[in-house]
Amino acid sequence: MTSQLSLGPVFFNWDPDSWRDFYFRIADEAPVDTAYVGEVVCAKRSPLFLQHMDAVVDRLQKSGKRVVMSSLALIGNEREAAAMRELAADDDRCVEINDIGLVPAASGRHYHLGPFINIYNEATLAYLAGRGARLACLPPELPAASIVRLAAGAPLELEVFAFGRLPLAISARCFHARAHHLHKDGCQFVCNRDPNGLAIDTLDGEPFLAINGTQTLSYTCCNLIGDLDQLVEAGIGRFRLSPLAIDMVAVARVFRDALDARLGPSEAMARLAALAGDLVFSNGFFHGMEGRRFQPLHQPEVE
Amino acid sequence: MELVCPAGTPAALRAAVDAGADAVYLGFRDETNARNFPGLNFSPAELAEAVAYAGQRRRKVFVAINTFPRAGAEGLWHRAVDTAAELGAAAVILADIGLLDYAARRHPSLRLHLSVQASASHPAAIRFYHEAFGVRRVVLPRVLTVADIAALNESLPVEAEVFAFGGMCPMAEGRCSLSSYVTGQSPNMSGVCSPASHVRYERRGEDLVLLLGGSIINRFGPDEPAGYPTLCKGRFSVEGRASYLFEEPTSLNTADILAELKAAGVSALKIEGRQRGRAYIAAAVSSFRALIDALEAARPAPPAIVRELRGLAEGQRGTSGAFGKSWR
Repeated sequence: MTSQLSLGPVFFNWDPDSWRDFYFRIADEAPVDTAYVGEVVCAKRSPLFLQHMDAVVDRLQKSGKRVVMSSLALIGNEREAAAMRELAADDDRCVEINDIGLVPAASGRHYHLGPFINIYNEATLAYLAGRGARLACLPPELPAASIVRLAAGAPLELEVFAFGRLPLAISARCFHARAHHLHKDGCQFVCNRDPNGLAIDTLDGEPFLAINGTQTLSYTCCNLIGDLDQLVEAGIGRFRLSPLAIDMVAVARVFRDALDARLGPSEAMARLAALAGDLVFSNGFFHGMEGRRFQPLHQPEVE
Repeated sequence: MELVCPAGTPAALRAAVDAGADAVYLGFRDETNARNFPGLNFSPAELAEAVAYAGQRRRKVFVAINTFPRAGAEGLWHRAVDTAAELGAAAVILADIGLLDYAARRHPSLRLHLSVQASASHPAAIRFYHEAFGVRRVVLPRVLTVADIAALNESLPVEAEVFAFGGMCPMAEGRCSLSSYVTGQSPNMSGVCSPASHVRYERRGEDLVLLLGGSIINRFGPDEPAGYPTLCKGRFSVEGRASYLFEEPTSLNTADILAELKAAGVSALKIEGRQRGRAYIAAAVSSFRALIDALEAARPAPPAIVRELRGLAEGQRGTSGAFGKSWR
């Protein structure tokens, strides 16, 4: 079966019109099979995108893409829980749940498990497949050894996070507001100033992490383009590209060409580097090392 | 409210029991628990002795098996659950869905507590674990306010345990890969966060520099106390301004809000710190014992005890953390 590409949900608080135009362009031009849509990080942002939601979903569907609605990663109160249950119980739309409490609401529907659900082993995967999950995007922290194990005889389809800043942590506290000496309740949506997240440096100026509201991301950009062959061989048939404010259509084309063997790994890597601008790549989690490290192509792996 | 106390060693367990713990939680000496530090934790034989010591005094032992089993290696975690059940643990504290499923099926009479590492932050999540696996108690994430907890308890089918004293995570527990991103060692998989093996202190002029995985996570001037070497408690720079971006160097202390926690329906108070020494455990546990006893008897909290707990925070400031809404 041909490998498929997915576009993950936008983690960042983009200007709503830019957000809509981004998805319109994805719909019209990007070779992705599935697009995840919906606010994952902060419930306060959800209303900002509602005005464009139907148009975005419609445009993606009309271009033949499968649309999946992503849930919040951290549900903080009953109001958010109710909104998420409604999302999960929607018969008309497929949902990706990022909080385990949504399993009962989603049961009986076609639902996915997002990368914020802790799936580390076969038993957890089997249990959730038994509860009706059809697809799981594995946690980005998993090393190749675990992915290979999970893919062997997996009771449901698996997706691997293959490109983008890694979601490393989520909190009830807003670090973007805190960095601007604001309270979460009066945050003034300052997170909208940083379309790729706000970089955090160490005290001696080493780029370290990135914050996006209540979410902490990697400074580096995960890039598994050099590892696709190994993943495909293990039985992984879907790869997730996580949106950044770069040319994601071009990024998707590079991945599509690499999966279809129209581009070799070195050339694909070079093209991604050109598209990524200042972003620094990493693939350490996959290689069982510090997540921020990058294991170059065609070199023996470090033990 | 039940007082649940940590033990990293048999000596700490005896200290906790003697100081008035109703229950002591501990882990095995391997990666099945989230405090997998060198020189810490219990062998099966030590667990048996711990259960006997606590049992003679009508106290309970809980076993934390709260990391996420590695694919292909689930047997290690299964054996931990089996051993805890066989040796008479009053409960096991679990986080992984596959392991909860195993424990519920293999040991139907074993009491299951949901670890904070499962990050069950709202009623539907807690109800899921209760209905699916018969979980009887949930350790609530350290991201909820007292008002959240009160609202939660109204509809909760299980007991609620909250952290009352010790270190606190600013991130949703069990959903944080910061340590593995920087050091390769993961709380979820290896049971360690910011491991000591990856921590280094260096003199730079007058200053003391704290490095984790080779990156500077804090720098202390000559008059500043050196803080705890955990990634999220470090100082970082955003647009050239240095700050404690994630969490101030504070320690959770709920001594002032115990009555509110009780009114919110909390069943058990948990003291953090299986990595702590016996003296610390004895002091923290006896202080909380006195505070809970005073509360139950409707007496005011003894001021000397409240002062002692403030001092125990090791020169750090105390905070009621996420229990107060202003934390967010």
